Amino acid sequence: MNKRIMMGNEAVARGTYEAGCHVAAGYPGTPSTEILEALSRNAPDVKSQWSPNEKVALEVAFGSALAGARALATMKHVGVNVAADPLFTFSYTGVNGGLVIISADDPGQWSSQNEQDNRNYARHAKVPMLEPSSPDEARRFVKQAFQLSEDYDRPVLVKVPTRIAHSRAIVAEEEVCTRELKRFQRDPQKYVMIPIHGRQRHIVIEEKQTELANVSDHTALNRVEWGDTKQGIVTDSVAYQYVKEVAPEASVLKLGMVWPLPRETIQDFAAGVDGLIVVEELDPFIENEIRAMGIPVAHGKDVIPNCGELTPDIVAQALNKPRAENHIPACPETLPPRPPRLCKGCPHAPIFTALKELDLNVIGDIGCYTLAALAPYNAMHTQACMGASVGMHFGMEKASPQMAENSVAVIGDSTFVHSGITPLIDIVYNQGTGTVIILDNRTTAMTGHQEHPATGVTLSGEATHALDIPKICEATGVQRVFTVDPFEEEDLKGLIQTEVETREPSIIVVNRPCLLK
Amino acid sequence: MTNIIMAGVGGQGVLLACRVLMEAAFYSNYDVKESEIHGMAQRGGSVEAHVRFGSDVASPLIPNAAADFIVSFELCEAVRKLDYLGKHGVLFVNNEKVIPSSVQAGLAEYPEALDTWLDNNVPNVHLLDTLQARKDIGSKRCLNILMLGALSNRLDIPEENWLSAIRELVKPKYVDTNIDAFNYGRSCTA
Repeated sequence: MNKRIMMGNEAVARGTYEAGCHVAAGYPGTPSTEILEALSRNAPDVKSQWSPNEKVALEVAFGSALAGARALATMKHVGVNVAADPLFTFSYTGVNGGLVIISADDPGQWSSQNEQDNRNYARHAKVPMLEPSSPDEARRFVKQAFQLSEDYDRPVLVKVPTRIAHSRAIVAEEEVCTRELKRFQRDPQKYVMIPIHGRQRHIVIEEKQTELANVSDHTALNRVEWGDTKQGIVTDSVAYQYVKEVAPEASVLKLGMVWPLPRETIQDFAAGVDGLIVVEELDPFIENEIRAMGIPVAHGKDVIPNCGELTPDIVAQALNKPRAENHIPACPETLPPRPPRLCKGCPHAPIFTALKELDLNVIGDIGCYTLAALAPYNAMHTQACMGASVGMHFGMEKASPQMAENSVAVIGDSTFVHSGITPLIDIVYNQGTGTVIILDNRTTAMTGHQEHPATGVTLSGEATHALDIPKICEATGVQRVFTVDPFEEEDLKGLIQTEVETREPSIIVVNRPCLLK
Repeated sequence: MTNIIMAGVGGQGVLLACRVLMEAAFYSNYDVKESEIHGMAQRGGSVEAHVRFGSDVASPLIPNAAADFIVSFELCEAVRKLDYLGKHGVLFVNNEKVIPSSVQAGLAEYPEALDTWLDNNVPNVHLLDTLQARKDIGSKRCLNILMLGALSNRLDIPEENWLSAIRELVKPKYVDTNIDAFNYGRSCTA
């Protein structure tokens, strides 16, 4: 067996390839992005693609699975929110082939707007979830996820946090399988979710949950490592590694399948130790489920924080383990903060200089340009989720009409394609007058320069049709669409000022490629 | 188990240095793990990565005060990481300031004489003046491999594995320059 050093995301890609996956789709988002890049680079037999957003990516992957393929959808944790609508109903229909969804979570919010715990989605959507604790496990678990998906006709979630997705370790390479497509058979009662069918499917998936709970009790994905029985530690994901680091002598129940949970295994484990402690990142997901089973838990979120990522030190403190002391005196100097910033020569810079001088409310969005919220620009005043700027800006105008004249929405090209077009349609439909600035740097820059539908290039580097952003804006009904070069336009401020004052919707496309691209 | 914190500023090549270090440890038959942060940190922010190797590595993160080595590509970033340094740990630091945007914007000051403070307060510190060496070598962009050279004398990894790792991971046209940088770094701490 060949072994190599791989990043967790490359290991996910490798497992996908070994599983004989046919189609993979996703939208870039830290820490998930490298999965599709590695698949495209290393597994040319897999048809991998960037989709405009996570919802579309999941629908494409689901369609492929219905056509009998093994299909993968990749996204960051908040991307699952975008894809949640199809997820919940694909859970009802089942998948025919194999469908695996990677949720790349970001405890600690290293590069995200929140640190939601996507284990909750598994319970909420009633789909199984596997959680590897290392890159090599990620490779193996993805293969097992495909098998589970096919065997039980369920979509399967695999969760990787930043500390696995962006961790490197030694990963084995096993044989790459090839798989025939299953046949798609028309079955409206299964695939057409009108209420009369959906009610029946709900009963089916509850039965499947019971079957899968039994699988969870017998799979090697969940295992007990017996040691000192004074305390039994229940843990999952990368937290398992911190437990092994600081308490190698402890009895540990390592959960690799966190939904459905293995009730009998947990009961037996609890019976073999004096007390349970649950060590998990973020929400008390496992802890609450164990308590709901009627099994006492001695410690959980009373000693493990529910905010931020875990570290070996936090786990050591919770388990009353000795920790090394600092021995270097604190530096008396105040160190200057070093936040990320827009690059020197960034084409976004002139816009934020202009917006700052105009002293407008800037309703921002997600991308490199969000850094304009920080010094020296301090020229962004809201930012929530992908595509939100356009609709939020319109909502402000609806509530307070003068806000159309003292505010602008600012959104990047990739984000606009992701989910900025439908709210623009809303502005036109409901007679708004706001100004939307589209920062078109011809790439998805913040996540590392991924292609998107308006760049004219696919994930694999092939030339394709490039979505024409000004034209699509015109097609929504906006009459005033301007395209400017931020380094050539002499009167950016004048243009923005005129457009915010004009009593009809305007689009300013600021077009200049990212200088790193 | 050997624990190494790698620190610097986005764009200095910290993550490539981690990959070369890991590869060299892997060729030397160690288990090896690393954890790094991407995304926002790319844009000129602080970069921190943890590299661990030994017979069996569990956590990808190094506990507090447990680093055997800190390799910092920048002065102020070295000071930020000192909590990680173990009792007998060694700090290798590039004696150079990269001015953060907060200082450029006049919102903060870059302290003077951090190098003197490090020299006086960290028992095992190597302050490396690399600027002239990098000019002599003919590339400013080889700081990362130069710093690995400085570290390499203290690790139980044969020289040929370092060189193989550099050849494997550095772009072919930069390999010779980087091997020069590695050897220079090695000579600094020999």
